[in-house]
Amino acid sequence: MKIDTKYHGEIHIEEKDIITFANGIPGFLEEKKFLFLPFGEDTGISIMQSVSNAGLAFVVTNPFLFLKEYDFTIDDQVVEQLQLESEKDVTVYVILTVQDPFENTTANMQAPVVLNSKKQLAKQVILTNTSYQTKHSIFEKGKVSAK
Amino acid sequence: MLVLTRKINESIKIGDDIEITILSVSGEQIKIGIEAPKHIEIHRKEIYLDIQSENNQASQTSIDLLKQLNINLKTTR
Repeated sequence: MKIDTKYHGEIHIEEKDIITFANGIPGFLEEKKFLFLPFGEDTGISIMQSVSNAGLAFVVTNPFLFLKEYDFTIDDQVVEQLQLESEKDVTVYVILTVQDPFENTTANMQAPVVLNSKKQLAKQVILTNTSYQTKHSIFEKGKVSAK
Repeated sequence: MLVLTRKINESIKIGDDIEITILSVSGEQIKIGIEAPKHIEIHRKEIYLDIQSENNQASQTSIDLLKQLNINLKTTR
């Protein structure tokens, strides 16, 4: 089927590409179906696009690209909800809050998106008792190349 | 809002399967125990609101800014 998207224009998708968020995500509880679409080349950036709402999309990335030691425990409740059987099936994304200027862009490390890539089920998990922040800077100061 | 007064170790039942118990009170801090079915998510309110507002902000990215970010990531990685 064809859908309209926020950043990719009109695209053709297959039913099997659709990821279900059974409970939506905080702030968007009615949005239960998303697609993960790569954006650009080799940057690790993807777009989490709502299937039903063309104007709603989130910029996401692999958190381990900028924080190698990122780790958290997926609790039993989430394992059950996502029908996870093996850690090999887990893909983790974090949502970026892209700022202007873009050097101030942050990642929401406190609420990663956990995906069961085998079952196409996902959930934005709110970590409890964690020191990870909702606004984690992804550009280390001094490492950013000049514009 | 329903207001109830409870003492330490006293509980409140919400429906058939949610129970909230006052565990201890020390100054301004109250420790609460919650028993609920697994599918009920329980969060500190300010944290939940934080995530909600972060998601709202994150959904506002313009295509121009996204392109800039992308170009920059390509050169730094």
